[in-house]
Amino acid sequence: MKYVDEFRRQDVASRLRDAIAEAADTDRQYRLMEFCGGHTHAIFRYGVQDLMPDNVSFVHGPGCPVCVLPMGRIDNAIKLAVDDGVILCIYGDLLRVPGSGRTSLMKVKASGGDVRMVYSTQDALQIARDNPTREVVFFAIGFETTTPATAVALQLARRERLENFSVFCNHVLTPAAIQNILESPEVRRIGSVQIDGFFGPSHVSSIIGSQPYEFFAREYQKPVVIAGFEPLDVMQAALMLIRQLNDGRFEVENQYTRVVTREGNQKAQKLVAETFDLRREFEWRGLGLVPYSALAIKPEFSTWDAETRFDVPPVTASDVKGCECPSILRGAARPTDCRLFDVVCTPENPMGSCMVSSEGACAAYYSYGRFRQSASKSEAAA
Amino acid sequence: MSAAVRRFPVRLDIRRGFIDMSHGGGGRAMAQLIDELFLKYFDNPYLRQGNDQATFAVEAGRMVMSVDGHVISPLFFPGGDIGSLAVHGTVNDVAMSGAKPLHLSAGFIIEEGFPLSDLERIVKSMAEAARDADVTIVAGDTKVVERGSGDGVFITTTGIGVIPDGIEISGDRAAPGDQVIVSGTLGDHGVTIMSSRENLTFDTSITSDSASLHGLVAALIDAVPEVHCLRDPTRGGLATALNEIAFQSGVGMSLTETAIPVRPAVNAACELLGLDPLYIANEGKLVCVCPPEQAEAALAALRAHPLGANAAIIGEVTKDPNSLVQMKTDFGGNRVLDWLSGEQLPRIC
Repeated sequence: MKYVDEFRRQDVASRLRDAIAEAADTDRQYRLMEFCGGHTHAIFRYGVQDLMPDNVSFVHGPGCPVCVLPMGRIDNAIKLAVDDGVILCIYGDLLRVPGSGRTSLMKVKASGGDVRMVYSTQDALQIARDNPTREVVFFAIGFETTTPATAVALQLARRERLENFSVFCNHVLTPAAIQNILESPEVRRIGSVQIDGFFGPSHVSSIIGSQPYEFFAREYQKPVVIAGFEPLDVMQAALMLIRQLNDGRFEVENQYTRVVTREGNQKAQKLVAETFDLRREFEWRGLGLVPYSALAIKPEFSTWDAETRFDVPPVTASDVKGCECPSILRGAARPTDCRLFDVVCTPENPMGSCMVSSEGACAAYYSYGRFRQSASKSEAAA
Repeated sequence: MSAAVRRFPVRLDIRRGFIDMSHGGGGRAMAQLIDELFLKYFDNPYLRQGNDQATFAVEAGRMVMSVDGHVISPLFFPGGDIGSLAVHGTVNDVAMSGAKPLHLSAGFIIEEGFPLSDLERIVKSMAEAARDADVTIVAGDTKVVERGSGDGVFITTTGIGVIPDGIEISGDRAAPGDQVIVSGTLGDHGVTIMSSRENLTFDTSITSDSASLHGLVAALIDAVPEVHCLRDPTRGGLATALNEIAFQSGVGMSLTETAIPVRPAVNAACELLGLDPLYIANEGKLVCVCPPEQAEAALAALRAHPLGANAAIIGEVTKDPNSLVQMKTDFGGNRVLDWLSGEQLPRIC
């Protein structure tokens, strides 16, 4: 496949593997956090860890939009579908996310709620046009990557006076979350989580550019390398991080130059700024209330804001007892540290959100990493 | 399905008519539907007996029986429709034992309001698929459900067949060292269906691979009667079919990603949607596990048949008490191909 296969080439991978092995100082550890679920997925899907020396490890971050969504927001959406009887349009990943009391939108759909899986905001708008007598709510979720598409939908709805359409906004911001992790007690004081450097988001950075990371690279003295989602991108970025750490540098470097610029997509940024305001704070699963970490719809679009149109009370729902998603999302625990993992929590029956999305650390471990040990054992036996 | 030869004064208006509740009511309307639609296209001596069951002689030997319910949206898709699929699906399930499929039964559950013209198209396509597969549809049933209680039409087919002497094919016979062969490109059917759904606005040139595989199986076991396992990787795709065989046989598998044939267009569509072609349904492909000495002969036999032109050896059976299906990735790493969890859902970003 053109423009994809080039970034998955084995010969290049083995050259990078050798370069990393040579660059990595055997007297130290390199703990590199990939913020994005897309990176986590690539690492497991292609077996990137197999190509790293033992002292280079990946710490999985909170960058999966489904995983960080607090349970209360799912409960809100369930209420919209069940009590308010709206047509709720969602991205596929959200179907299985557990709400409180073991519900999920998939179960709501099965019991008669009108929950529809869409592939874009345009599909949701079309459903609203086709059902003028019904209220249609689009469950907007995602980091900066998906926000511009929601902004377009709001602008189109206003232009068309599509008054049966509204957006339940859950868009969150990456830099605020990374800063929150760096400020967390585990990282700052206790030192139980060691993070030496960051893989910067790939798609997110195509919108916001590399500039927003410059502050905390400087402030927290951690190198950041913005990396694409292909396995060779991850390997090259790992090499760049290792070199920065060896040199004692903490800069923002851009590996993903084929897409990301320092300024980002300014047209998209302008559109987002016209449509959304910063929320003073927003709850993230795993991180708690994070100041200025999410977006709300501007008052001039309030007609299309599900939170003003319907009663959407703040719900604080607690996670399932024993679920380690919060610490896993902060990089403070690994999926296998959780007592529920592969015991009662499986992709078929997820207890926590990290098991739902294929980008979630638990689901990725379950699908690709769970058998790693037994796999290498059986290979040795064969 | 009664096949009494009656003359109905007013013929069914197939061009403009619709199914109504009376077509499943057991009365004259139903008899007319059977006579003017099903019997017309499925015509054979067994149906013409006009009984509630088909009576036929059986050869000596082992028989196979299989059943498959077909529900698909959309009903018509590039490369086939629910009618041809209902024949291929069951013929293939029978053929995967090495059997020659003989007869099918067909149960229709039709939603009130379903256009007769669409039903005719489906029945015609079923009849053609049965003729091509050299099987006869010997018994049938029609039920009509109220509008909103079905999705157009559901078709359940049951098939029977006879296994030739000396053939012993079963999912529990894979042995370490055996070679794993697929008969062609993977994911064509699933991606075609996804791209023909209304809410996905991308066009592809891919068509469903839906086909009866009994001819391919006959050619294969003629050349290599020692074949250990055969399976058609339908729902859940190749990864699921191989996990089933690994689990049944108590063995592992080691695949090579570069050897697995996937069309570039299928790969691209999957890339776009965040899906994995190895978990996507096929309706005209088979996986064969055979002893290493016969692998080349099996591959040659498959490739000599039009439905197996892209066949490839993709890996081998290993000794593994954990029954893991593993794959050496194109990239040089190693990956476990696990059972599919629930449905594949597209990713957000």
